[in-house]
Amino acid sequence: MYRYDEFDATFVAERVKQFRGQVERRLAGELGEDEFRPLRLQNGLYLQLHAYMLRIAVPYGVLSSKQLRKLAFIARRYDKGFGHFTTRQNIQFNWPELVDVPDILDHLASVEMHAIQTSGNCIRNVTADHFAGVAPDEIEDPRVWAEIIRQWSTLHPEFAFLPRKFKIAVTGASHDRAAVKFHDIGLKMVKNEAGEIGFEVIVGGGMGRTPAIGPTIRGFLPKQHLLSYLEAVLRVYNLLGRRDNLYKARIKILVAATGTQEFARLVEEEWARIKDGALTLPAEEVARIERYFQPPAYEKLPAISTELETAKRGDATFARWLKANTHAHKVDGYSIVTISLKPEGGAPGDASADQMDLIADLADEYSFKELRVTHHQNLVLPNVRKQDLYALWQRLAAVRLANPNVGFLTDIIACPGLDYCNLANARSIPIAQRLSRRFNDFQRLEEIGELRLNISGCINACGHHHAGNIGILGVDKQGEEFYQITLGGSSKDDSSIGKIIGPAFAIDQVADAVENIVNVYLEKRTGQDERFLETFRRVGIDPFKEKVYGNSQARRPAAE
Amino acid sequence: MAILKHGALQPNDWLTVADDAALPEGKPAVVSLDRWLKERDTLIGRNTPIGVKLKSDQSPVALKEDLERLALIVLEFPKFTDGRGYSHARTLRQRLGYKGELRASGQVLRDQYLFMDRCGIDSIEIADEAKVDGYLESLGEFSIWYQPAADRRPTVRALRAAKRTEPSGGSAVVRESVAASWAY
Repeated sequence: MYRYDEFDATFVAERVKQFRGQVERRLAGELGEDEFRPLRLQNGLYLQLHAYMLRIAVPYGVLSSKQLRKLAFIARRYDKGFGHFTTRQNIQFNWPELVDVPDILDHLASVEMHAIQTSGNCIRNVTADHFAGVAPDEIEDPRVWAEIIRQWSTLHPEFAFLPRKFKIAVTGASHDRAAVKFHDIGLKMVKNEAGEIGFEVIVGGGMGRTPAIGPTIRGFLPKQHLLSYLEAVLRVYNLLGRRDNLYKARIKILVAATGTQEFARLVEEEWARIKDGALTLPAEEVARIERYFQPPAYEKLPAISTELETAKRGDATFARWLKANTHAHKVDGYSIVTISLKPEGGAPGDASADQMDLIADLADEYSFKELRVTHHQNLVLPNVRKQDLYALWQRLAAVRLANPNVGFLTDIIACPGLDYCNLANARSIPIAQRLSRRFNDFQRLEEIGELRLNISGCINACGHHHAGNIGILGVDKQGEEFYQITLGGSSKDDSSIGKIIGPAFAIDQVADAVENIVNVYLEKRTGQDERFLETFRRVGIDPFKEKVYGNSQARRPAAE
Repeated sequence: MAILKHGALQPNDWLTVADDAALPEGKPAVVSLDRWLKERDTLIGRNTPIGVKLKSDQSPVALKEDLERLALIVLEFPKFTDGRGYSHARTLRQRLGYKGELRASGQVLRDQYLFMDRCGIDSIEIADEAKVDGYLESLGEFSIWYQPAADRRPTVRALRAAKRTEPSGGSAVVRESVAASWAY
């Protein structure tokens, strides 16, 4: 993984010192909250319902065991003993005191971490495929490019006050695991006819109030021009993006209003002026970054592990976990393991300090000291020998971290919701908890198969409800929490935005509604290999509507 | 309103003139873009330094043909959250090659000054003169720069390249790679 050199270390130390000064000025009353706000936000510090919330960047989801242990330490010392992994591969702490935040940032700097640009109207922490570097379907490692973007965007002087926040995601694989079409800029590594590798550039996707699947504005961008092209997109957006209305300020609105073709023309026009200048990436610089992402010292192992085959036959519980939570690795004899942070009755993405320490130990023992954070709010051990899987599973099972539900209905994405967030209209966590209890039968989950269920506590869609096969959106109706359900969303290669099924549900009706939806799917599917999404696309929304509202069980909200 | 320029507070020699007011005799004056476009020929003939003030939604490209005649361009930041001025500044300096004074006016806070400086703004209006030390301090808060901009600070790439070739290359290499990092 990337390691700071003396320059990066100096920079982060300077940033902490600067923020310490800003906090001192705030505490001394020299800075008003209005002036302090953008400063703290660009260091990931939000003022939430009950306290400050600190969002720490996990660049493109890559984490070392040493870093995870430091996060556990911060959780214990400055928080209430846990942290929350987010849909942008970051981690949030919900209870820090303002006066402690500079110290927390110092601790983070000691393990080459920071909270820079995890908030604010700037280029946010870049995300990437959580299986980067280990996936068998990869064309090229996206971490190299995510790191190059991270450095370029860090304290970019021109783009610190954009019309709105700006999110970039990169994938280097043929299957999209980074939801690139739902980002302000999505970069997908592709091969052109000449066999060269470059980027397909997708601009103007997003969730929020106006969900949009981003259109491609350039089919192939040579790699050395990545930064000049990004700079051109950002400049066009900075100048032309709307600033009169918060809800219309994202680049997706500009792209839609300008038209994809005209927007692309504006970008190309700006790019032509700067493309061969100082932003051109020399091959040595790319090679320098690539060296940080060299594969670890893999052993030469047979593709099939006899130990694993024996364990699998002897232990059905293990076999179930193996099927759901491990994934094919590009190197023979290795597996990718997802550790589900979605236990029955838990808050999706939460991990306690003890769990973090234990998972860090497991990464040391079994996965070359490295981990990943997924945008599904789980953790990944990317490099586990197949022969070690049974032992690893036993260690996880002993602390209830072996939930075999990855990719299933209870692998729920959820934002913190009204329990923490001051933007939320409704709580998300209790819905996730109820559903995880209702569907806590793993045999049944397997029977239902792949089903993505996402929950957002408000229209800002941090819980990606638009992209859920089943999406749940919390709304406030005259002071009461209601939940709107959408069907048919997806953030994979077959991206789509969910459709609203009908009037919203009261909190105690949501689990029944989901149960009905699942039953319609089971009844209508052609077989177990037809996924929920495929059945939905084939039969449409009506059968689901009829079942869910047929007996008019749903209380209609007073004002729709 | 005092002016902070090149590391020191300076009196403001420029008078900002409303569109319907007469220009002061023999004094440097700043007019709006609208007035400049309307009265360009008269204003050029005036033989006294003249400047133009741009609102944040006005593109400096409108001044493309006139840059050598202007001694000052003022970029307005109506709110500090309106970041268009940063792009205007880089456009003026790096695309259009404007060499005169480039000033930020409006809500120019201490923690924006460094970004402005990097984008090529070389003077700012300060509402509270007592805070000038903080503004100056802010320029020294960082020594590492991750991207080329309109300033002459060496980028981290240049520093890394120089370090790689040291000690044989020495300071000549630093100078060379720094110069390359400016060529935007």
